[in-house]
This record gives sequence, structure tokens and C-alpha cells, in this order.
Amino acid sequence: MTDKDKTIPKLSRRGLLRGLGSVPLLGAVGWAGMAASDKFSDKRETTRNALNINASAPPAVGSMSGDPIRVGIIGFGGRGHRLCMSLGFATDDWLERMSRAASNNPDDNRLADYLDQDDQNVRLVGVCDAFDVRAEEALESFNTETNKIKRYRTYEDMIASSEIDAVVIATPDHWHGPMAIAALEAGKHVYLEKPMTHNIEETYRLREAARNSKGVLMIGHHQRQTQSFLTAQDVIRKNVLGHISLVQVNTNRNKDTGAWQYPIHEKASPDTIDWQQFIGSAPMVPFNKEHFFRWRKWWAYGSGLSGDLLSHDYDRINCVLNMGIPDSVMSAGGIYTHRDGRNVPDVMQVSMDYSDPRNAPVQNGGIKQGMTVLYSATLGNGHTRPTLLMGHDGTMELDNRLRLFTDADSTKFAELIKAGTFEPDKPVFEYDPAAEGVDAFTSATTAYFANKGLLWTYRDGKRVDPTFLHLREWLSCIRNGGKPSCGIDEGFEEAITAHMAGLSYKMGKRIDWDPTMEELVPIPGYDLDEVLLANVERVA
Amino acid sequence: MPNKFERRTLLKAMAGVPVLGALGFETLRKLKYDAKNNPRKEIVRELGLDDLLSSVKPVTTNNGDLIRVGIVGFGVRGARLAKELGFMEKSRFERELAEEKETGGGPLKTKLERGNFNVSITGICDVFDLHAENGLVAARHDIFTGGDIAKANPVKRYTRYHDMLAEPSIDAIIIATPDHHHAQMTIDAINAGKHVYCEKAPVHREDEILPLYETVRNSDVVYQMGHQNPQNAVFQQARLILDRGLLGNISHIATTTNRNTRTGAWIRHKTGSGKIKPGDANSIDWKQWLGKAPQVPFSIERFYSWARFFEYDTGLYGQLFSHEFDAVNQLLDLGIPNTVSATGGQYFYKELGDMPDVLHTSFEYADKGTTLTYSANLTSSQSRPRTIYGRDASMTIGSDLTMTPDGSSERYAGLLEKGLADPSRPMLEILEGSDISSPIDAVTSASIKYYAARGLTRTFIDGTEWDVTQLHLKEWLDCIRFGGTPSANIEKAYEEAVVIAMADISYREQRRTSWDPVNKQIIRI
Amino acid sequence: MIWTKCCWPTLSESPDKVNLQMDNSRWQSGLLVTLRFLIGWHLLYEGIVKVLNPGWSAYAFLEGSQGFFAGVADWITSNQGILSVVDALNTWGLVAIGLALVLGLFTRPAAFAGATLLGLYYLFNPPFIGIVPTVPMEGSYLIVNKNLIEAVALLLIAVSPAARSFAVDALFVNRKDQ
Repeated sequence: MTDKDKTIPKLSRRGLLRGLGSVPLLGAVGWAGMAASDKFSDKRETTRNALNINASAPPAVGSMSGDPIRVGIIGFGGRGHRLCMSLGFATDDWLERMSRAASNNPDDNRLADYLDQDDQNVRLVGVCDAFDVRAEEALESFNTETNKIKRYRTYEDMIASSEIDAVVIATPDHWHGPMAIAALEAGKHVYLEKPMTHNIEETYRLREAARNSKGVLMIGHHQRQTQSFLTAQDVIRKNVLGHISLVQVNTNRNKDTGAWQYPIHEKASPDTIDWQQFIGSAPMVPFNKEHFFRWRKWWAYGSGLSGDLLSHDYDRINCVLNMGIPDSVMSAGGIYTHRDGRNVPDVMQVSMDYSDPRNAPVQNGGIKQGMTVLYSATLGNGHTRPTLLMGHDGTMELDNRLRLFTDADSTKFAELIKAGTFEPDKPVFEYDPAAEGVDAFTSATTAYFANKGLLWTYRDGKRVDPTFLHLREWLSCIRNGGKPSCGIDEGFEEAITAHMAGLSYKMGKRIDWDPTMEELVPIPGYDLDEVLLANVERVA
Repeated sequence: MPNKFERRTLLKAMAGVPVLGALGFETLRKLKYDAKNNPRKEIVRELGLDDLLSSVKPVTTNNGDLIRVGIVGFGVRGARLAKELGFMEKSRFERELAEEKETGGGPLKTKLERGNFNVSITGICDVFDLHAENGLVAARHDIFTGGDIAKANPVKRYTRYHDMLAEPSIDAIIIATPDHHHAQMTIDAINAGKHVYCEKAPVHREDEILPLYETVRNSDVVYQMGHQNPQNAVFQQARLILDRGLLGNISHIATTTNRNTRTGAWIRHKTGSGKIKPGDANSIDWKQWLGKAPQVPFSIERFYSWARFFEYDTGLYGQLFSHEFDAVNQLLDLGIPNTVSATGGQYFYKELGDMPDVLHTSFEYADKGTTLTYSANLTSSQSRPRTIYGRDASMTIGSDLTMTPDGSSERYAGLLEKGLADPSRPMLEILEGSDISSPIDAVTSASIKYYAARGLTRTFIDGTEWDVTQLHLKEWLDCIRFGGTPSANIEKAYEEAVVIAMADISYREQRRTSWDPVNKQIIRI
Repeated sequence: MIWTKCCWPTLSESPDKVNLQMDNSRWQSGLLVTLRFLIGWHLLYEGIVKVLNPGWSAYAFLEGSQGFFAGVADWITSNQGILSVVDALNTWGLVAIGLALVLGLFTRPAAFAGATLLGLYYLFNPPFIGIVPTVPMEGSYLIVNKNLIEAVALLLIAVSPAARSFAVDALFVNRKDQ
């Protein structure tokens, strides 16, 4: 091991980071990290020319005028509430709580943001939920003069109804496939929460259904709307980082709610919950409140870390790098912190390898190909780890904010580094859309999602909700046609990858994907779907 | 008139007093403010770490009888080890000393003052004539006397290491050869009654583990693996914090490697200017170099870049992960995991050998409820610090140590509420040699930070800058003279060897491995 | 009475000239005294900080010494005993000099001593071309740095009787003169 370089890092003045809020659509672009010198502006020119990055504008949205789209919500739980809010339908209870919060804390803008939200021009006309309390809450809050909402006892009823144009599905994972397929086959538009499917077989069937349906399918990976991701795409297009060999995405959460230990409603009982409806295709068990409210803790209904959180991170990177399904996946982990009877892991490592040069992700100038996307998660620690895309010439930190670092050993930037224009330990480019605003995180989980671009983003320097934007894009595609940014193809890739990760974990084996046959390489003696759905932590 | 004059004069003369008063007042205010806003003292007290600073053992310099050392393998590492004992070529010594003086002193100075461990190098064994010659030159010049030690104890070259082992006057052997020789040479040396300092990794293949272990265990010589990093002062402090469970339940330990150069990827047969380094079939005893490895024609690439070939070592595991594992093993006594899974590939340097550029390995300690990961990337020098993730706090440990509270921690809820600690930054940061109890620390932190940045190879103990390899060698020598077991001993070597073998098999065979503690066997899943 | 002659006008001068002179030297003496207070405060605080921080040592500074005095610095740091003495001298020297300057007690010798001390700081690490500072110092310097400036300022104070007004020394001078 050699001694580190003996020169001392020069003390330099940090460049401008704060944004020019008045510049539309650009948020805050910072040219940071340059050594102090009189030639500041010269260096900025050099940097600009060297990197040539444009903080991109988001895709234009088509006209939203016309008759209101009639939407039905299936699954009015935590996520369902949020989706309705982004459609313009917040419950009375939420409005009251936000109002009280705002009066206690003037920095709390949640109610103001909501009221400021653009009209999505939809009517929420149907709700379907197995829990009476939730369905009734929707009816109470959303039945107004302008909006008439009905409760449908089963999702089939809702899909069959001619009063419904589109459905939003926010149920437990094991229902995603069946409901989406049925809705698409009935010609309805579908907004489907992630993960797209719960098992492999229905992934293919859903793809069939989506391709043959005139309904617009949008998968709920709303972080694609985040400003920094659009900029990241440009960075990749311009090959700023060189050959990217390793991408690291992480989950670090430490609260019980972060580990899916959601509160159980006092009114929950076999009388208020249609248990049969909830169970569906999962193995029948006696009524169990734990299972109903905390379904994510079991493979029977949920998909653990791989389906719930990895899927988000995978899609974030996929939308930037377009790498598709990995050639092989190897998972590891265990239940180390929340030993409460769950059978999904709370510590997980998933290595997604893109090793076959024929299928290598699009790498500009790519004689050399190959990459690993590494997902590392623990639900027993809340220390934030940034998303890193590590390339030979530079590294990109990609969260709600984007930062670019040149690598000290970069070949492409060697001259500029030697000249002192770039300093490897300081970002050469920083895009922080939040620079103008003061973001008060109300909880560690909020901070977690905010950092993933999942909570808010910025348009015209204004803080907006990416869920809102994502739904808006879906609605615009419904009205004006066009391909949604996260449709069946993207969803298919995410679903297969997530299933590979889950399988690898449960079997303790490497799972391979055959891109020519477009299927998982079979493992003799195992029915992969059976393994995936088995309600146990691991199969022998 | 005299009275009026005098009173006015007196007042004027006392003008300095209120100034003094103002200074005193402001100083006290600052102290109070600092105590509130520099909560380190309170945090240290609350964590019960008042003894943190004194937990670093001072370096004693009592030597015993002369120890005569033979070195097998005088490549880059061999030369380094000789240097740390005080033996290096004269002009190189003078040059490095001058360089060091320019930047204000360092370990070489410490070596001169306190680094004479009463050792002589009397045997050099290397298959390459050039390297052997380098070894002889170095052995003949000690930095303390300029060569008197060698005059009293002449150094000899041995072409075969068995001959060196047969020499009764040699007390101890340092092994710095390619990995595929490590186990056999160690066993032979121990059987010859010599003490052994063997560079990492302890073994190359799975079937060498048990013979090595048993040989060492059944002997009474001192065995030390070349893992010098835990000699770093912060490691002792980290150990204290971990022993007291201050991080809470640890669910994940993350170790990494990040490098981005050809030499970093062990492509080392060319010089910086692109010329092939010296050596050919005449000056290198190729057959001996190969040993039990498959017989192949002479290859200068293999000779210098051997680390990239699985015939000679376990790649990243043996070269770098071994250090990482030893570090966390010394800190946490992890031992052998239940299962290991590894994956990765050659994405960038698709030449020369089998070493992957990107490697990810998970070591599951299901019984302990924790995961150890090793993520390596040879095509990016992005820094990813060694981190331990606990329920209550996270700790990074490198050349300094930081401890950051977790926002959801119950244990530190009090500190968090009082605003003394914040999850977005460390609540404890121990830089080399810094005094964590001082109320006004701005005085020392700038210089200390600078020294800390100069590299993992050095550490500050008692205000003196030592090289960690030197301290590690010293630990070995002290055990030889005064008894005791060194830190990187055979028990740790056994654990490490098993862990590396499990990972190596997992990567090469692309399957999980698990450990059967009853039969002491690695199982392929 | 010499100091009074510098600062107070003689009645034999014309009124205008007298006023000008008075204003000018009033400002000068006022600023000199202020300068003395400020530098005294600075040195005294430096000393206090070191007293309160028992772990402090000149070791770091001396280790980084370059230029003419590097050899001396080496000698000091290589000998623990001498280093301790130097540390103590520096710490208490700063306190004593600072106190003396603020109070105006033995101002002249104190100022000279301070100038010497700062001069030593300067010489142990002069900002010459080719010398790279081992510890990053705020600002950019070439030959001239803050230590040198402060040392010369102290010399100015040492030779300026005006600086010795508003000083305890004044009591003794008065007495002596009378």
C-alpha cells in the first residue's frame, strides 16, 4: 500500500450552489468545486464546455380539457389515500389534520401545496375496499355536489361498470396482476402501484393484456417525474461518467412504520373486513388483523424489500441508464432486527449483474461493457446512504439532488484535474432543485422518500408532488394518446427483476435471465412461481 | 492641584483594566457557548467514554536479545517490511528522509529515534536475482548505524528457502511471496522452529487451512499475519465503543474497495512509462516461483501481475478483503459466517488473468443477526468508508473514527432532543491524536486533520507519528521476546482463511457456500 | 514630561497650526493606544486558550517548521524536556506579554518581547517561495504575513511614548519625573 499523495488539498472557496429560482424549469444549477482564482469565470466556461450538461425540461403535458375522466380507486389504504389526494381528492380528516399542523407550524406547507395543486379534471366516482371503514371514509369525504362516488363491493363490479373510465389500483401486491389484467381486458385505463405483479406467470399475462388493450397502463414509479432524473439522463447521454461499472442503491430505515409495522384499526373485525376478498388467491388462513394491515411482512401478499423498495430503486436507475433486465441476480440477507413473525427479510443485498456483453446496457463508446447494480438494504438503521453511479471518469450522486464528481484517476478528465479546474473531492456539477426552498422533513421516513425523489420535486422552482405529475401524465396520455413514461415495458422489466431478487433470496441461488427466450432460466426441480408464492422465508 | 492631577492620571492609567475585564467576560461567555455548542464533552460523558483517549496503549521501546530475521520474497512488500525494521538502501533512505523533513517530519524520523528493535536481517531468499540483490543491499544498510549491524551479522543470499530454514542462526522468517507459497512456507518454517511473520492471505487453497492451523497450534513459535491496520490508534478506540454496545444492534457491516488505476488492478508488469519491467527466464528461477502451481512457460506478466491469476492467489479476497475482514474481525470478533454468496465480473480490465473488476460478496451471520458485505470496484475511486450500521448509531472507521446517531434511536433520544446530537452529522469524531476532552480544540484540529489525511499507513500515538506496519512488526517481535500472542494470530488466521475460501468458491463456482461448524467443513449449496 | 510635550501643544504656536497639530497627534496617540489594547488582547487570549487546553503543544507547529529555523525546531521537538519548556514559555509568555500590553505595565519591554515572539513565529515558518505550508493558513502570503505585520506593529508601540498613555506605567513615570 502506498502512502497517499503528500500534497495538501487547497482550501478553495465553494462555487455558487444556490439556484436562480427565476430561471424557468431549470431549478438550481451549480458550478461548484472550483479552486479559488481570478479566472473563476474562465474556469466555469471550461467546465461548461467540458461537461456540456443541460438540466432538462420535463416532457410537455398535453391538453387536460374535456369531460372529466371518471376514476375508480381500488384499495383505499395508505397509498390509496395519497393517490386520491394527488388526483384532487383529499379526505376531510386529512384536510383537518393539515390545517391544524399548519397553524402549529407556519413552515408546514402541506395543506397549502395541496390547495395550490392544479385541477386534474377527474371525477372520483368509485371506491372498492375490503375494509368498510375505508370505503365509507371515501364516500363521506368525496360525495359532493360536483362529485358522486359509489362503493363497489368487488373489483369485478367496478371494472364491469360503464360509469368507470379508469381505475387506480393500490391493493396488496398479490391483487395487482389479476385486477390490472381484468381492467385492461375490459378496456379500462389503469394506474397500477408497484410492484407490477406478484408472480412471474401473471407478468407475462399482464403484458399480453396491456398490449392488446386500448386502455393506458401506467405503473406507479412516480420518481421518474423528478427533475434531477431528467438531468441525470442527460449526463448519461453525454457519457460524462465514462464506463459505469457499479451502481449502488440503498434502503436505510429504522422506524417500525418503516418496517411495515402499520397501526391496526380499532374497528377491524370479520364484520367490517371482507376477508375472502382480501385473501383472494393467497393461501386461505383464518381472519388475522396483522395480515390485513401489515400484509407487506409476508410473501403471501407482499414482496418484501425486493418488491416494495428495490422496485423503486431499480426503476430509478433503469429510467436513467435504460439497462433492462439483468443477466443474473444473487440475493442474500436475513431477518435480523424485526423478528416479529414476518417471513420477508429486513436486511437484504441484491446484486444485479449485467455481465453478458451482448446484452450490456447502452454505454457510449462502449468497447468495454458490463455493470452491476447493487441494492443494499437494512431496516435496522436510518443512516442515509446516497445513490451512487460509479464510472471510470466520474461518480454521480443521484437523489432528489444530483451531484457529479470527477474521479481522481479519470483518463478523460486527467488534464482538467491536473490543471486544477476539477477537484476530485468536490462536485463539479450540482443540481439542487430544492436550493431555494426550506424543506422541513417531518419524519425519517419522509426524509427517506424525499431523498429518492419520491415525495416532491420542483417545477419552475416550485415544489410539486411527483405522484401528482405522474398521474397527470397518465391522464394526459388517456386524453391525448402517447406512450406513458412508465408503461408495460418498463413495468415488465421491474417486475421480472424484482421476482429474480425474491427468488434468489428464497432459494439461496443465482437466478439467470435468458434474453433470447425472454424467460428465467429454469432451475431443475423447482417451480419458480411456487417458490415465490410460498409463504415461508426460505425454501429448502 | 497634585490631587486632581493624580486622580485623573490614576484613572487614565487604569484604562487597561476595563479592557481586561471585557476580555475576561467575553472569554467566559465563549467557554459557556462552546460547552453548549461543542457538546463533545457532554456527549463523551453521556456515552461514558471519558477513558477513550487513554485507551490507546503507548508504544514501549524495550528490546531484548538480537533477533536474526530471514526474508523470503523481496518484492515491493518485502522491501517495505525491511524498511519498517530499519533496513533500506542508503540513497533511498536519505532521499525519503529529506522529503519527509520538507513536509515536517514523519514515521522515518520516528524510526530513527525509536525504531531500532534490535533486529538484523541475515538471510535473503528470492527467486529473482534483481530482487535478491535489492534485499542484500537493504540488509546491509540500517538507518541507525549506517551498516554496523550488518557488519556484525552478515547477510547471506539463499537461492532456495529450505536452505535458509536450515540455517540455525536465523530465528525468524518473514514471508512476502505470492500467496500460493504462503501456507507451505509457513508450515516448513514452523517445523524448522522459526517464528513466522507471513503476509496476507494466510493460505491460498481450502485444503491448506487445516494443516497450517494444526502446525502452528502444535508449535511454540510466534505466528503473525501481515494485517497492520488495526495498529492504528483509532482501532483501539473503536473497539472500546463497540465493546460497550454503543451502536445498538448491528444489522450491517459494509466494507469496500475502490480503486481506478491499472496498478491498482494489479496490472504491474509495466513501468509508468510503459516499458516492461526487468526479469527473464535466466534471472528468475521460474520453476521455484511456480512451486505447486500449474507448470506454464515463463511469463513476465504472471511474474509481476500474479495477483490477477487464480493459480497464485484469491484475487481481491486475498489482497484486499483480507485486510477488511481482519479489521472488522478484530473489532467485532465476527468469526465464520453461516453462508456466503459472491458475484461480480470482469467488466473493464478484461486482460490478464481472472480477477474481477466488480465484486460483491455477502457474508450472512444469521446466528449473530448481522450481515457483512464486501463491495469492490477497481474502476472507480469513489470513496465509500468502512461503516458499521447499528440500531442506535452508525460508525465509520478509517484513519479517523466517526459515530453518527440514528434519528430513530431510543438510546440517544435524549441527546437528540436536547439538540446536542443530530443524525445528519457525527456526534463524535476522533481524528488521530486529537484530545477529545479539551474545551477549546480549534488549536489542534487543523494540523491533526492534515496528518490524518496523509494515509492509513500512519498513526499518532503519544503525539508521535508511527507507521502501522512498523508497529505490527514490533508486536510480533515483542511476543517473540517476552511471550504472549499477537493480534493477527493463528485463530484469526483460521477464521479468515475459511471466510476467504468460502467467498472464493462462491465466486468461482457462482453458488452459495455455507459453513458446517460441527464438522468444520465448507458446504457448497 | 517628555510624553506630554509630544501630545499637548505648546502655547507659543499659532492657533491654526496648534489645532491641526493637536488633531493629528490626538488621532495618532489615540490609535497607538488602541493598537496596544488590541494586540494585547490578541496575545493574551492566545495565551489563555493554551492555558485552558492542557493538551496543547507547539509540537505541531514546530514539526511543520521550514526554512532557516527548521533545524532548531527539530532539536526542540526531538527532546521532550526542551519541548515542554518551550511550550510553557510560549504559553505564559503570551499571557504575560498580553497582560502587560493591555494594562500598560512595563509596556516597552513587553512590546519588544512580543515583537520578538512574533518574529520567531515568522522565522519558523516564513512564507517564502518554495516553502509549502504544512498546515494550511487562511489567506495568501508572499514574504509578508500577519506575524510579521504584528511584530512590526509591536515595535512601533515599543518606540512610541504615545502608546504608553492610558497605561499603568504612567503612574510610575509620573512619580519618577516628580
